[in-house]
Amino acid sequence: MAKRKYTKSQLREAGQGYVFLSPTIFTLLVFLIGPIVFALFLAFTRVQLLGDTSFTFVGFDNFTRMVDDTRALIALRNTAFYVIVVVPIQTILALVLAATLNAGLKGEKAFRIIYFLPTLTSSAVLVMIFMWMYRPDGFINSILGGVGLPTYNWLNDPNIALISIMIMNIWATAPFFMVIYLAALQDIPDSLYEAADLDGANAIQKFWHVTVPLLRPVTGFAVIMGIIGTFQLFDQSYMFSGGSGGPDNSTLTVVLLIYQYAFAAYDQMGYAASLAIALAIVILAATLIQRKLSKDEEVY
Amino acid sequence: MKKQTNIAKLLLYAILTSYAIVTLIPFVWALSASFKPLNEILAGGLNFIPQEFTFNNYITIFTEQALFPRWLFNSVFVAVVGTALNLVFNSMAGYALARLSFPGKKTLFITILAVLMIPAQVTMIPNFLILKELGWLNSYQGLIIPGMINATFIFMMRQFFINFPRDVEEAAAIDGLGRFGTFFRIVMPMAKPALAAQAIFVFMSFWNNFMAPLIIMTDASMYTLPVGLNAFQSDYATYWNYIMAASMVFTLPVLVIYIFFNRFFLKGMSFRGDK
Repeated sequence: MAKRKYTKSQLREAGQGYVFLSPTIFTLLVFLIGPIVFALFLAFTRVQLLGDTSFTFVGFDNFTRMVDDTRALIALRNTAFYVIVVVPIQTILALVLAATLNAGLKGEKAFRIIYFLPTLTSSAVLVMIFMWMYRPDGFINSILGGVGLPTYNWLNDPNIALISIMIMNIWATAPFFMVIYLAALQDIPDSLYEAADLDGANAIQKFWHVTVPLLRPVTGFAVIMGIIGTFQLFDQSYMFSGGSGGPDNSTLTVVLLIYQYAFAAYDQMGYAASLAIALAIVILAATLIQRKLSKDEEVY
Repeated sequence: MKKQTNIAKLLLYAILTSYAIVTLIPFVWALSASFKPLNEILAGGLNFIPQEFTFNNYITIFTEQALFPRWLFNSVFVAVVGTALNLVFNSMAGYALARLSFPGKKTLFITILAVLMIPAQVTMIPNFLILKELGWLNSYQGLIIPGMINATFIFMMRQFFINFPRDVEEAAAIDGLGRFGTFFRIVMPMAKPALAAQAIFVFMSFWNNFMAPLIIMTDASMYTLPVGLNAFQSDYATYWNYIMAASMVFTLPVLVIYIFFNRFFLKGMSFRGDK
């Protein structure tokens, strides 16, 4: 390509462009792109934090170690279980709530404002409130016992603890996707429903044959965002278990494990970095598989 | 036929109301506990109206828990400064990407989009080491500077400025304003709706962030509220009256912002959903 000569005003505009972008370029380089390269380097090293930080190259050791790391396998199993349960339930709940809200009833706005409260509230506050309600003699057991249902040791039973987090997070996240569905629902032209009316469709048939197919792109978005978000579960596990992932590793997630290796030990940072990269690859793969599946569905 | 629609309506209202109750109960229950003395909470009654109404929990956390006001200040400071920087820098970046031409623009734009895909856990460990080298652990800048831009909102501002009328800027240029004067005095004030939507989300993400301050702030006096609340809970596990009062103080600012800016809020949401 021939070298282009820049006019004075073009040069000035380019200069202005770089000035406008300078804070962004600085932050991108120092706190995003630099760290990504650094993380790739760390994943193949052993990091010693005591005294002067030192790095020793260890090849693929960090990655081969994962296979024999029992806690890593537990963390992966817990996280996968969490993703598989939470993503479908929160997506379906969001869709049903949005469709109900969109039915054109009075007071829609008030309901919408109420529903959105948990999404606004900090994870720390929600965990405090739920830890308190989940206590053995707390609100939830009192209500369950009061109507004759079985009560549970929500926080300290290894079979229940992760489910307690699931319930709380589905409750907190579904409204976020509900609002996204709501925006999409309002774009569906009334004429489609009128046509369905002429064919004699009832409300449930209309929902199933008109609303659900038209919302498929939004559902794809909600599922991918859901997968990305649930794979990164950390705050709630950390706070519920006081950082340990207990009882009996039942709330240990991949990100909590990464945190423990990186910041609760002095020489495991390289291994933690390799786990973080493995997690990023798993998330990317899950996202791509979801995309592929939803494309295949569109064919038929 | 008419009767059938009435039944359907009733059913829909029943669904909406029961879910509203499920949503509200934890908040109302926590709010009521924040006005109860500890012995009433521990007695385990299910009364929402306190038998003995008291402000003592709020007074105690502000007067006797020396760190609580400090955590509140830290949270406000980090969230306000962080939001202000984001508003200016994301808008500047979005404007340059939408309006100015310069070599490397496309590469930069693609890089910004690619960064959106990288999970935060990948950069968390290297960032800790970088902040350690800079001596920024346990400092406000350690929490604010790495988060002073946001790829999502750079993208949003770019979309906004692409549709922004050019003749406004041309008129400003004729009046003798330079590029920077035009941007800060003419363009930014006209971008208020987009800025408001951005401000709410950025403020909330600073305000509610748990992981970054947990890693960066090792000294208890530098904690923000989420980390402080968690530390308080593990030290005083049975003082649910104080924990609930602190939780309510913590939630109030976001609630106020949400109620006042609800309109902009939905705009920001639908933007995020459309992508």
